[in-house]
Amino acid sequence: MASMTSYESNINKVNESYVDRIFLLGNTAFLLVVTIIILLPLVFIVAASFSSAEAVIAGKVTLWPVDFSLLGYETIFEHKKVWNGFANSIFYTFFGTIFNVSMTIIAAYPLSRQDLIGRRFITIAFIFTMLFSGGLIPTYMVVKNLGLLNTRWAMILPTGIGPFNLLIAITFFRTTIPPELNEAARIDGANDFRIFLSIILPLARPIIAVLALFYAVNTHWNTYFQALIYLKDQDLFPLQIVLREILIQNSIDASMLIDIEDLVAREGLRELLKYSLIVVASVPVMILYPFVQRHFVKGMTLGSVK
Amino acid sequence: MYIRSEQGNGRSAQNERSSRLWLRIRRNWQLYALLFLPLVWLLVFRYAPMYGAQIAFRDYSPAFGIEGSPWVGLANFERFFNSYYFKPVIVNTLIISFYSLLAGFPIPIILALSVNQVKMRMFRNSVQMITYAPHFISTVVIVGMLFQFLHPRVGFTASLANLIGVPPPNAMGDPSAFAHIFVWSGVWQEMGFGAIIYLAVLSTIDPALHEAAVVDGASRLQRIRYIDIPGLLPTAMVLLVLSTGRVLEVAFEKVYLMQSPLNLGVAEVINTYVYRVGLLSPILDFSYSTAIGLLKGIVGLLLLITVNYAARRLTNNGLW
Repeated sequence: MASMTSYESNINKVNESYVDRIFLLGNTAFLLVVTIIILLPLVFIVAASFSSAEAVIAGKVTLWPVDFSLLGYETIFEHKKVWNGFANSIFYTFFGTIFNVSMTIIAAYPLSRQDLIGRRFITIAFIFTMLFSGGLIPTYMVVKNLGLLNTRWAMILPTGIGPFNLLIAITFFRTTIPPELNEAARIDGANDFRIFLSIILPLARPIIAVLALFYAVNTHWNTYFQALIYLKDQDLFPLQIVLREILIQNSIDASMLIDIEDLVAREGLRELLKYSLIVVASVPVMILYPFVQRHFVKGMTLGSVK
Repeated sequence: MYIRSEQGNGRSAQNERSSRLWLRIRRNWQLYALLFLPLVWLLVFRYAPMYGAQIAFRDYSPAFGIEGSPWVGLANFERFFNSYYFKPVIVNTLIISFYSLLAGFPIPIILALSVNQVKMRMFRNSVQMITYAPHFISTVVIVGMLFQFLHPRVGFTASLANLIGVPPPNAMGDPSAFAHIFVWSGVWQEMGFGAIIYLAVLSTIDPALHEAAVVDGASRLQRIRYIDIPGLLPTAMVLLVLSTGRVLEVAFEKVYLMQSPLNLGVAEVINTYVYRVGLLSPILDFSYSTAIGLLKGIVGLLLLITVNYAARRLTNNGLW
């Protein structure tokens, strides 16, 4: 009888049936395995980055540093190209994100207003770019004809408005700002600019945070392709292009390895450096990650509300 | 006023309506002013390229410009169909895409269902936190990690092989391993992030359903089968439609980084081929490259419309 009256607690803890207890045990084991699989490569990379070049080249590192050393990190800190890339990436991410977020907000607010004529048509015009685009070459030609090729502008202007982010912002405005608010403000004599600046923008703070994150991480910090096609000048390269040269194309400034005469040790340092570089390149986002995680979740959830 | 227009002849009623429409537009002029810059951007960076895509039907040369270059009809498309690369590029794209879809679509759902069963807050939060994390690693670093992790000499697999005493494998140099590495590293990176949306949907399922099921003696597995999965279905369908519409896209940035002379035979996909022909080869062929890209775009759009239509008919869920 007791279990009948308090079935709610029944769901949560007590009196799990035998079958359910086995299921939960299996479920926990499954999640543990998944977590270990996710962590394993990360732990290996970090362990290798703190090992000695000899241990790395001999393939001795598994999940714990062997002959602890900071040589890889020391070498990276002397590498100008990496720092230059870092500075450029910060520049593109900072100004690019400001541009993206401003454009998205000033587009999303009018499009969220039910009384705007042509709202549907314009929204569809934006969404359509998610499904179809002119393609790589025609876009390249536009950027070229505008004279943006090989300038910092090429990393910022073409990114503009992401249709998915625009949808999230429109949904946010539609669901959080009641039309009555706008009517009341109008009666008080405010025009649309006033309403936008002094009522909407302060209320939009949460969506601005979400958009800034999406754009900063997905559109700027972590991408390389835009830079690959639009930039030629080494001084303009963002971090990801520098990483590509070192990690993928295996080209490392020989002057950095010159002190070491032994060929094997030099080869070892070359590999060690890559592990350290992977760690250094991922640290900024990973430090921010615990703080921004819930914003990402919020954004994804907003996006799923049609 | 209102009554008069109702009674007046059709012409004046129409005038009245159009002037009222005009009034509403004028009243909101500031909203249109806000939209001005975004619209200019949209036209310049998204719709101008669509206009420029007409060079797919021309023999483009920079000297004549877009409209001035000679019209060649479907010649560029025919050239692609008859090209030696046509078949492998299409086949590679489809294999990689459908393999990715097959693994990448259900796994986040399974993960979400599984995490949803965990009641211990600490454990639940740690699992979520750890599984999301790889999403934030850049593509270059992921591929760099793959190269290091699977390196025949200094990689993790090499270290393991050394421990056991077998010769270390060279997975990145093996063309037959390419699709597996591509797909499963993608699953590794995105499964946690993909699960977010499903977990959000699961949290909106009415607890009364579960309570009633418990009273009726349903096991946890039965509740997943008859409550959770049907609850996820609409969202899952929408995401499936979206990703089917994108099968020709493939994660271009990643494929391109993973390519090497050894695996090009299985790793060349439509997008990388477009890039190679259009911007990398010694003789740049803008028209040919654009034609291939346009073909991909149109087929992708048709695919999306078809799949969406089918999903609507079959399950009543779709994108529109």
